[in-house]
Amino acid sequence: MPSGETPMIDTDDRPVADGEPRGGLTVAVWATLKRDLTLLLRRRSEVLNPLVFFALVITLFPIGISPDPQLLATIAPGLLWVAALLAALLSLDSLFRGDYDDGSLEQLLLTPQPLAMLGLAKVAVHWLLTGLPLAMMAPVLGIMLSLPAGSYPTLAFSLALGTASLSLIGAIGAALTVGLSRGGVLLSLLVLPLYIPVLIFGAGAVQAAILGDGAAAHLAILGALLALALMLAPWAIAASLRISING
Amino acid sequence: MTLRLQARKLACERDDRWLFEDLDLDIRAGEIVRVEGPNGSGKTTLLKILSGQLADYQGELFWNDRPMRQARQAFLSSLLYLGHAPGVKGALTPLENLAWYQALAGGAGHEAARLAALESVGLAGFEDVPAAQLSAGQQRRVALARLELTPRPLWVLDEPFTAIDRDGVAALEERLIVHARSGGCVLVTTHHELKASGELRRIRLGRGGQDAER
Repeated sequence: MPSGETPMIDTDDRPVADGEPRGGLTVAVWATLKRDLTLLLRRRSEVLNPLVFFALVITLFPIGISPDPQLLATIAPGLLWVAALLAALLSLDSLFRGDYDDGSLEQLLLTPQPLAMLGLAKVAVHWLLTGLPLAMMAPVLGIMLSLPAGSYPTLAFSLALGTASLSLIGAIGAALTVGLSRGGVLLSLLVLPLYIPVLIFGAGAVQAAILGDGAAAHLAILGALLALALMLAPWAIAASLRISING
Repeated sequence: MTLRLQARKLACERDDRWLFEDLDLDIRAGEIVRVEGPNGSGKTTLLKILSGQLADYQGELFWNDRPMRQARQAFLSSLLYLGHAPGVKGALTPLENLAWYQALAGGAGHEAARLAALESVGLAGFEDVPAAQLSAGQQRRVALARLELTPRPLWVLDEPFTAIDRDGVAALEERLIVHARSGGCVLVTTHHELKASGELRRIRLGRGGQDAER
């Protein structure tokens, strides 16, 4: 607070609107990625929760239904996908919650950088620490459901692609409900219908790989869904955050 | 240097109650504007409107004689807003917190600058302690370090003196005056009595609208 030198104030003398934001955007996005990664890695339980949930649900099915490998193999693609989807959904509520509670979110909204890109950085971190680990874990749990070995790469790849879309779509819901103290249920209701296309083509891809039909078409559609989500979701997230802060 | 924040016929209604109506403001470089009023009179709301966070108001805002909608980008690059919540992450160290804010402000910056900013708010030696282990006043000081770290002409400070000790309050007051004298502008709400000085201006909010006085 006390300082000898007077602060330099020259913001208005240079063309702020043209020069600053472009170069600054990379720096800001990078810093946001780094900050969120550090934050989540320091609170491991938040990262582990969805993974443990995923493992528990899948472990319970053979016990609850039947250990018959034939039956399990038939329902495995759907089971793995549904469980992964719910696990991803479980972790969504905290995506913007912490920032909202401690005031960082209003600071995020007041930066001269485009909010959509900063929001995208936060979603990317969510995917890196939720979607990607779920996709990596799925083949291991597939063994438990006697999923045919040939479908493991498709399972992991479809989940990696699909969970990225899930994170993007879910973040819109999380941004809309961040202002509500108990937004969890509402978030699920908002987001689940939008998850259904991803679920259909994701589980479809694994099914097709088991049957030997070639999963390329399903994976292509998953990719297209991701491309669409990547294009539209950041703007929707930014708009939703503004609405939430306004309320 | 130009710096002019104007509001014309500003009005805001909350829960069927007018917080303020017909509020005309003209804030220029070199001023410290203190928004006063009892609890619930709309001080924070006014600051949020003036800092472009709330869109739920009537009237017009101008930044350097341009309507706020067009000038938003330039406005945000000259604004430093500190809200009720300090915006400091407990799991991160003060240095990491500041690094993020520095990057958001548009530059990667140097660690030396962050260390100097922390030292200027009396947090030397606490650089690498997770902010959650700091006291409320120290966390507030981490947020206040941004005043040194990212030089911006317009400061909008919502209760900046909360949880700050007596010496810290005096130093911060001094800092506000230095900022105003060097061509900046401060908009502040506080229940703490600021030392009267030539730059200080008051806006009083309360029941039945407002009256602004010098």
